[in-house]
Amino acid sequence: MASQPVTPVGVEPLGSSWRIPPRAISPIVLLLLWELGSRTGVIPPRILAAPSAVLSTFLELLASGELLNNLMVSLGRALTGLAIGTAVGIALALVAGLSKRGEVAIDPPVQMLRTLPFLALVPLFIVWFGIGEVAKIALIALGVTFPVYLNLYSGIRGVDAKLVEAGRSFGLSQWGLIRHIILPGAMPGLLLGFRMALTISWLSLVIAEQINASAGLGYLINNARDFLQTDVIVVCLLVYAAIGLAADGVVRLLESRLLSWRPSFVKG
Amino acid sequence: MREQIPAAEPPVVRLRGLTRSFGPSPVLNGLDLDIRPGEFVALLGRSGSGKTTLLRALGDLDQDYSGELSAPTARAIAFQEARLLPWKRVWENVALGLKGAAPRHRAEAALREVGLAHRLDAWPATLSGGEGQRVALARALVREPDLLLLDEPFAALDALTRMRAHGLVEALWKEHRPAVLLVTHDVDEALLLADRALVLEAGRITLDLPIGLERPRRTDLQAFQELRWELLKALGVELAPASPARSEPGNVHLRLIDPDVATA
Ligand SMILES: Nc1ncnc2c1ncn2[C@@H]1O[C@H](COP(=O)(O)OP(=O)(O)OP(=O)(O)O)[C@@H](O)[C@H]1O
Ligand SMILES: [Mg+2]
Repeated sequence: MASQPVTPVGVEPLGSSWRIPPRAISPIVLLLLWELGSRTGVIPPRILAAPSAVLSTFLELLASGELLNNLMVSLGRALTGLAIGTAVGIALALVAGLSKRGEVAIDPPVQMLRTLPFLALVPLFIVWFGIGEVAKIALIALGVTFPVYLNLYSGIRGVDAKLVEAGRSFGLSQWGLIRHIILPGAMPGLLLGFRMALTISWLSLVIAEQINASAGLGYLINNARDFLQTDVIVVCLLVYAAIGLAADGVVRLLESRLLSWRPSFVKG
Repeated sequence: MREQIPAAEPPVVRLRGLTRSFGPSPVLNGLDLDIRPGEFVALLGRSGSGKTTLLRALGDLDQDYSGELSAPTARAIAFQEARLLPWKRVWENVALGLKGAAPRHRAEAALREVGLAHRLDAWPATLSGGEGQRVALARALVREPDLLLLDEPFAALDALTRMRAHGLVEALWKEHRPAVLLVTHDVDEALLLADRALVLEAGRITLDLPIGLERPRRTDLQAFQELRWELLKALGVELAPASPARSEPGNVHLRLIDPDVATA
């Protein structure tokens, strides 16, 4: 051997073109075992479909448009509930956080209501709103209201009184104090609440769609359950997971935009 | 030479019988004080003697006092902990609540004056302690106050940065000529900067010491040393039998310590 290949410093010489990250190895092995189990009949398809079957079902549902249509229905429900609940939560927190009288009027009942697991209200909501869209959206909105209210309210109350005093000494009006000091100071609380609200809206969507639905991911799942189509169920579960992940990304983006002043985001 | 201010000029700050209590015993107890326009006054006193309380009354942050208080409406405070809004960039902090034309332009000019032209768009979280204090100073100065209230603005700075800050404050004061009330624990700081040093004790001004030294001042002059002893005595600091060797220039940086702590 005349010319020895030179190994650059810090680069492992092993398998440079297709290297699997160490953390991906065990999931891949599990996936392979699952596929193997399905092929050999150890895992019957009515218990759990094979990964390959899930993949082809996914592609089929995608091609027929069935998946996207139902996904849009579900997303519409979640976003409507999220929007209503967030707006109500913000409004309540502003009134309670910015005025003493508002606090006395709003905080006690909200603190009492939040001890109630809101999913327990499903039967009551069905009685009130029937089994249509209204009940579903109301359930999501209710679940969302609490984390938004609680975190924004405590965010407002947690704003450093010394900063408010400094603002006052520099001639800010009451509205100026709210706009420049109290609301930006409460923003981390609001975003925390919103992050929790996203999770809850997604979770309550799953529950709400079990009520009765003629469209949406929940409808797809219920249908598939009746026909023991575990492949469809798994596809829907994966879509639920993907949306949850995307929601997390949205919040992270919002945080890096709105909280760019925070030391953890500040670079250099 | 120290600029002579005619005694006839009406004081910009006038306090008569100022009293403020938080509990049964008053923190400020019938305090009288005049500050002339453009005068630089240092306020000393042991911890808990009521310096901040007095400053807050002067800065209109506290109205629950009794007695007579008149102060100019154009006043600005630089707090000990800078109190910058972390979600506003440096220039926005300086421009906060600023009325009139071109606030951004004026804020930037003030920041240039304190040597922070290169940090206009920085987030406060990225500033060093000394830079933060300079922003706080710029934020107070940009309001062109007739009365500038400084509550231990340099306490958190290291000795070298503090010396530079002294020079800066003196230069800015000479340029803009506000009346200044500087709260400090540092006897040398008071003697270097002020026209007059006050000692607050038991709710009143117990010493009003004119400092007629030429500027720029040096700590190694005999006159400076004598004023220092006088001030320290008024502050209740007992020193070992006066040995001149202990007060060599630059050797000792005397800092007033709470006597309770010092004897512990
Ligand atoms: N809001 C308040 N409520 C109750 N007591 C207070 C309040 N503010 C100040 N005090 C008391 O008044 C006294 C004077 O306080 P002040 O802050 O004016 O002292 P200081 O001279 O500035 O002290 P330091 O040098 O430590 O800053 C202290 O005993 C303090 O405990
Ligand atoms: Mg104080």
